[in-house]
Amino acid sequence: MTVQTATSPAPPPTRRRTNGHRLRGWAYASPTALFVLVLFVVPLALVFRMSASKWPLLSGDQGINFPDNFTAAVDNRFFVDSVVFTLKYTILATILLIALGLGLALMVQESSRWKGLLRTSFLVPSALGLASASLLFYVLYSPLAGPLAPFMERMGWSFLGSPDAALASTLFLIVWRYAGFYMLLMLVGLQSIPGDIYEAARMDGANRWHTFSKITIPLLKPTLALTTILCVTGSLLAFEQFYILTKGGPDNSTITVVQLIYSVAFQGQNDLGVAAALSVLVLAALVVINVVQLRAFRGSDES
Amino acid sequence: MRITRTRSARLAAGIVTAGLLVGLAACSSADDSGDDGPAVSAGPDGTDDGTTLTLWTRAPLEKQAKLLVEAYNDSHENQVELTVVPNDDYVAKVGAAAGSDGLPDLFAADIVYVPNWVQQGLFQDLTAQIDGLDFKDQINKGHLAAGTADGKEHVLPFVLDLSMLFWNKDLFAEAGLDPEKAPANMTEYAEAAKAVQALNKPDTYGTATGLNCGGCLVFTWFPSVWADGEQVMNEDGTESLLNSDTAKEIYSTWKELWDSGAVLPSSEDEAGPTWTAGFTEGKVGLMFYPATLLSSTTGFDVGVAGIPGPEGGASTFVGGDGIGVSKDSENAAQAWNFLSWMMSEDAQVGVLAKNNDVVSRADFADNEYAAKDPRLVTINEVAGQGDTPVALNFQQAFNAPSSPWLTLVRGAVLGDGANVDADNDEITAVLGQ
Repeated sequence: MTVQTATSPAPPPTRRRTNGHRLRGWAYASPTALFVLVLFVVPLALVFRMSASKWPLLSGDQGINFPDNFTAAVDNRFFVDSVVFTLKYTILATILLIALGLGLALMVQESSRWKGLLRTSFLVPSALGLASASLLFYVLYSPLAGPLAPFMERMGWSFLGSPDAALASTLFLIVWRYAGFYMLLMLVGLQSIPGDIYEAARMDGANRWHTFSKITIPLLKPTLALTTILCVTGSLLAFEQFYILTKGGPDNSTITVVQLIYSVAFQGQNDLGVAAALSVLVLAALVVINVVQLRAFRGSDES
Repeated sequence: MRITRTRSARLAAGIVTAGLLVGLAACSSADDSGDDGPAVSAGPDGTDDGTTLTLWTRAPLEKQAKLLVEAYNDSHENQVELTVVPNDDYVAKVGAAAGSDGLPDLFAADIVYVPNWVQQGLFQDLTAQIDGLDFKDQINKGHLAAGTADGKEHVLPFVLDLSMLFWNKDLFAEAGLDPEKAPANMTEYAEAAKAVQALNKPDTYGTATGLNCGGCLVFTWFPSVWADGEQVMNEDGTESLLNSDTAKEIYSTWKELWDSGAVLPSSEDEAGPTWTAGFTEGKVGLMFYPATLLSSTTGFDVGVAGIPGPEGGASTFVGGDGIGVSKDSENAAQAWNFLSWMMSEDAQVGVLAKNNDVVSRADFADNEYAAKDPRLVTINEVAGQGDTPVALNFQQAFNAPSSPWLTLVRGAVLGDGANVDADNDEITAVLGQ
C-alpha cells in the first residue's frame, strides 16, 4: 500500500538537478496540481471559510462569526442522534458487506460451473446508481403502490414503518447494491494469492479451515484493509439511500450526519455556515478514523 | 530532504492561491445585504417591448404555469421563458442563485416561504404598482399579507391551492350516508369515515392523510383549528398555539379514527408523494384534499366543502405560490407587465378558471366556468374565508422532514399523546430562532 513509501528512507541529497529540471518537473505536475487545486483545495478552503462565517443560504456571506457555527452545530437537536445512528449504520453495513463480499468471492472462485452467471448476477446491481436503486426500493417498499403491499397489510407491518424495520430495509438495499462490488475487490485479492502456497499447505495436511484462517486471511490483509476503509468511509457519508427511502423518519430515527448537513443547509434552517461547520467536524472525524484504520492494519502487518 | 522541501513549498503555494481565491469569492458576495429589495418603477401596465423574461416555478405548479406563460406569450411582445424545478430542489436552487446574483426576472415561491424570502431581500418592492391596481381589495389577502414586510408589498398570488373537504358520493351512498351533505364538524367527519370503513370493502378505507408529511398536515389540519375561530400561531409567527383545547380535540379525533382502523394504513408512513392517491383512486370515503386536484378525481362523484373544526364552521389553507420580481432582475418594468396581465380577467378567468383552477381575485369567484360546476363556486368562496399562516421559520418548524410539528402529530395520533405540550414548546423554540 502507499503508506509504505512514507517509511522508506529518503535518497541522499544531490545537487545534480538544475533549475531547468525543476521547472520541467513543475510542468509535468501542473495538470494534476491544477485539478487538485480547483477540485479539492479551493472547495475545501471555501468550506472552512463558510464554517467560520455567518452565511445564510439566501443572502450569502455576512462576515466572520467564529466559533458560533460550531456551537450551533453541536447544539443542534439532532446532532448526537445522527452521530449515534451513523456509527450504528456504519458498523452494521461494514460487517455485512465485508463478510458477504468475502463469502461471495470464495463461492464464485470455487464453483466452476456457474461461475460466470453467479459473478454477473452479483455484480449487476452495482451498475445501477445508488439514487436509482433507492427509488426502485422506495416503490418496492411502498405500502400503497408496492408489489409487496398485500403482504405488508396481512402482516400489519411495513418495511419503513418502524425505526428498526427502516434501518434493516435500508441495509438490505445497500447489501443488494454493493455486495457484488466488494465481491469483485475480494476476488482480485484472492487471485493474487499464489496457488503454490495453497498446494504447500495441502501437502502439510492443513484442512480447509486452517487454509482459510492461516493463509487466505493473512495474505488478503491489504484487500481487507482497502475494502474496510472504503466501506467505513462510504457508510459514514451515507446520504442518498436515507434521503430517498426514509427522509430521516420514522420519527427522526434514521438521520445520518450528511443528511443533517443537507437539512441544515437546504431544508428549513437554510444556514450554510452551520452546515459547513458540521462538514468540517465530519471531515476531521473521517481523517482521525482513517488514520486509526491505516495504523491498525499496518501495525498488525509488521508484527 | 529535498523531497520534503518541494512538498512543503507546493503546499504553501497551494494554500496561498486558495486563500486568494477565497478572498475573491468573499468580495463578490459581500455586497448581498439582507435588506428589502429596491422599489420597482414602472407604469400601471409595465412595458411590453419584446424583452425575454425568465420565470422559475416548482414542479407541482407546472400545469398552471405553462398555461399562463403560453397565453401570455401568444398575446404579448415580451416572451417568458419558463423553467420548472423539481419540488425538493427548489429552495436549494433559489438559494444558490440568490447567493450568486443569478435569480431569474420572475420567480414563484411556496407561499409559506414567502415571508422569509421577502425579508432576505429576494423580491423587489412592488408597493406602488400593487396599490395602483383598482381591484387591489379583491386580490387574495392571505397571499398579499405573506408578501408584505414593513408595509411594503412584494408578491402577488400566482396559483392558489386550497385544502378542502372532499367526499366520495358513491361510497357515501353505499354506506347509507346522505351523499349531498358534507359532515358539518369533526365528529360527523369521524362518523362518516367509520361508516365507510364499516362497509368492509377490500382496499377501501374511511379516510386518509399524510402522517409523515409535515406540509400535508399543515395544509389539511390547520384549517380545522381556524374553523373554530382559534389560531395556530401568534400574530408574529414566533409562538406556536398548537396545544390549544381545539387543537387537542382535533388530535384526539384523529387518534380515535386511527385506532379504530378507519384510516388508510399507508398514511402512517406517508411522506407526501402519494398522500392523495387513495382518494383519487376512489378507495377513500372522505379526506382533506387539495382543490387543485379536483380535475383528477374521475370515475366517481365528488362533493366539496370547506374544512370543518370540532365545533363546525369552515376554513381552508390558502396555499399555493406567490410570485414577484427578483432582486436581480433588470427588466422590472417588463416583469410587471406579466404580473399585471396575470391579475387581469384574461388570465384569471380565461386561463385559470377555464382549466378548473382557483382564481385569486374574489370578484371573479362566480365566473362563467365556475357556473357550470357549483363545486368551483364553493372552492372560490371558501378561499375568502381561509388563512395563510405567516412565520419566518415556517419551513423548519413545520415542513421539514425532521420538524417538531411532525413529532407532535405523530406522538398525538400514533403514540399516547402525552407530549403535546412539550412538543408544542419545541415548535415555539424553532419558530423563535
